[in-house]
Amino acid sequence: MDATRRAALKGAGALLGATAFARAIAPLQAWPENLSLDELLQQHYKELSKVDMAEILARIELKTLQEYGVRVNVEDPRPIPDVNFGYALNLSICVGCRRCAKACHEENNHDRATNNSYIRVLEMDKGSLDLERGTVNYDHEVPQSDKFYMPVQCHQCDKPPCVKVCPVEATWKEPDGIVVVDYNWCIGCRYCEAACPYHARRFNWLAPEIPPEDINPDQGYLSNQIRPAGVMEKCHFCLHRTRKGLLPACLEACPTGARVFGNLADPNSEIRWVLENKRVFVLKEDLGTQPRFFYFFDE
Amino acid sequence: MTDDTRTAIQSYPQFLWQALKVAFDGNIWYYAWMTVLTALWLVGVNAFSHQLVHGQGLTAMSDHVSWGMYIGNFTYAVGLAAGAVMMVIPAYLYKDKEMHDVVLVGEILAIAAVVVALCFVNVDVGRLDRLWHIIPGIGRFNWPVSMLTWDVIVLSGYLAINLHVVGYLLYMRFLGRTPDKRWYLPFVFLSIIWAVSIHTVTAFLYSGLGGRPFWNTAILAPRFITSAFVTGPAFIVLALQVIRRVTDFHVGDGAIKTLVSILRVTVPLNLFLVGCEVFTEFYTGGTHVSAATYLYFGLHGKTALVPWIWTAIAMNITAAILFLWAPGKQKLWAIDLACVLTLIGIWVEKGIGLIVPGFVPSTLHEVVEYLPNLLEWKVSVGIWALGLILFTIGLKIAVAVFTGRMHVRAETT
Repeated sequence: MDATRRAALKGAGALLGATAFARAIAPLQAWPENLSLDELLQQHYKELSKVDMAEILARIELKTLQEYGVRVNVEDPRPIPDVNFGYALNLSICVGCRRCAKACHEENNHDRATNNSYIRVLEMDKGSLDLERGTVNYDHEVPQSDKFYMPVQCHQCDKPPCVKVCPVEATWKEPDGIVVVDYNWCIGCRYCEAACPYHARRFNWLAPEIPPEDINPDQGYLSNQIRPAGVMEKCHFCLHRTRKGLLPACLEACPTGARVFGNLADPNSEIRWVLENKRVFVLKEDLGTQPRFFYFFDE
Repeated sequence: MTDDTRTAIQSYPQFLWQALKVAFDGNIWYYAWMTVLTALWLVGVNAFSHQLVHGQGLTAMSDHVSWGMYIGNFTYAVGLAAGAVMMVIPAYLYKDKEMHDVVLVGEILAIAAVVVALCFVNVDVGRLDRLWHIIPGIGRFNWPVSMLTWDVIVLSGYLAINLHVVGYLLYMRFLGRTPDKRWYLPFVFLSIIWAVSIHTVTAFLYSGLGGRPFWNTAILAPRFITSAFVTGPAFIVLALQVIRRVTDFHVGDGAIKTLVSILRVTVPLNLFLVGCEVFTEFYTGGTHVSAATYLYFGLHGKTALVPWIWTAIAMNITAAILFLWAPGKQKLWAIDLACVLTLIGIWVEKGIGLIVPGFVPSTLHEVVEYLPNLLEWKVSVGIWALGLILFTIGLKIAVAVFTGRMHVRAETT
């Protein structure tokens, strides 16, 4: 083969290769429109000044207005000094109606397509606490007489394995005991989801879909702002409510009063009374995660 | 600056230019091979572009099985990279002459395999645009607490060490100089320790999680290292024979023999460690064993991984028998077959077969299955094709330098 023919063939090959490459990456054209430079360069939550945060909150509000046509109010409520949140759940009276899971779904602007919620309710055989004998996929009248029901959500562990494994400190424990995620910092490696022993974490596999009329406009930056695709999320004890003195949405929805929420640091709180007077246990205590979500039975 | 140093710096662009020319020049088979690989790579690039735009939801992963094909391949590729050190140890610690001649093949494999591993991590993260968050000093690097940050350090370090050793040795040869031991021997020895560290840290990623009993076992790191010392040598045995056939680079029988003797130990040892794990799981019983039950026998009628793992075990056992039988009989075909079998067997065993059962049943004991979908296959094949492209180009340049076709030209010095 002579040199010119070889060169011509090589040129043709290179052209073909470049064209094929351009075709291969063509789907990327859809990408930049949902990503702004400010978002790309945004710093970690703990490094943001008050001014930065105000700008970011305004940006999120504007984005929601542009994308959904809905005016929302995004705030960044901080922990209240000397408050340490704890949650307890009475297994003797929970009937497994899953209204807590539904309330979470609506309060926290969850993806409607997957019916996501931070709460899973297990139907368990009476006479065993073995999770292996429970199921979340029950579809019949509740409560069944031979069953009891155990809702599971983030246990806001004092030794959280999820926080330990995060490579970029995108999740941490707040002074009031709530484990939060900076949705705008998480890289979506899902190591925390692998580390959590309670299946408490959820990943945004796709961008969440919520009809505009269903959006809860009262939002918190670290809680129920509409999450982007590709990041982790989890129960945050409704901090946009509880840090303002309200109760978590799941508690308000509970028809039996099985849920008790309050300040562990307040000796007169109901949650302290439960911990001191009921037969209380935590899930998978042997793992040493030290949950601040407790289960109890009536006497 | 001495004249030698000045020449070395000034000739470097020429080295890169010649290397580029070598990479894009070859016979019809070379072009065919590279075209096929490039096409496969582009299929992967295309599939990944879709995933990047829409999200990980295009894969078969879920909140129940949140790592799958990508992390399985990542684990396997790290093993391949670490296993390459099984050429470095005989060549430098035991001064094996014939291995010393071809040790560069192992180091080039290490480079390509680390790149493959890094690609698999990158396609797995949900926010590739935020990857800068993990750069120490610029982002927030959760070191030393997060094992993933250790993995970032050891993998990039291993890549750098091997790039340096390979680059330095080739460049000195290109210049026609004798390499200065002080510039590569310390790095070679460092790379031996480092190779063990990359796969140990990768095992610690999983074994440190108390909520996943299937992974939470001290034997995981030894298993990873052992299987790495299977896949690395097995891949190189095959590669050396290809190099011997398609190039004029001298590959002695001694190197292959040494690698086969390593495989005669590591393949059965790997099976032994798997056996230890299986015994501990099933003899103990209880809830702890449900993931292993799912993997080997299926759980609650869900059996997606059962055919995979038994195929893998059959392949590894056959490979072990072949490795013990064939060398005495001088049957190279049997050794090649054994290499192929164990490469696939371990790919299943510590890829899908290790990652997925960690999630099945879930931590709340739901049994939700996972098998990779077409998109994940495309992306994965694409990444492996890229790895083979890099490996081929690396070898092509090395062979050109070693056979003297690529050397510095006087006029530029």
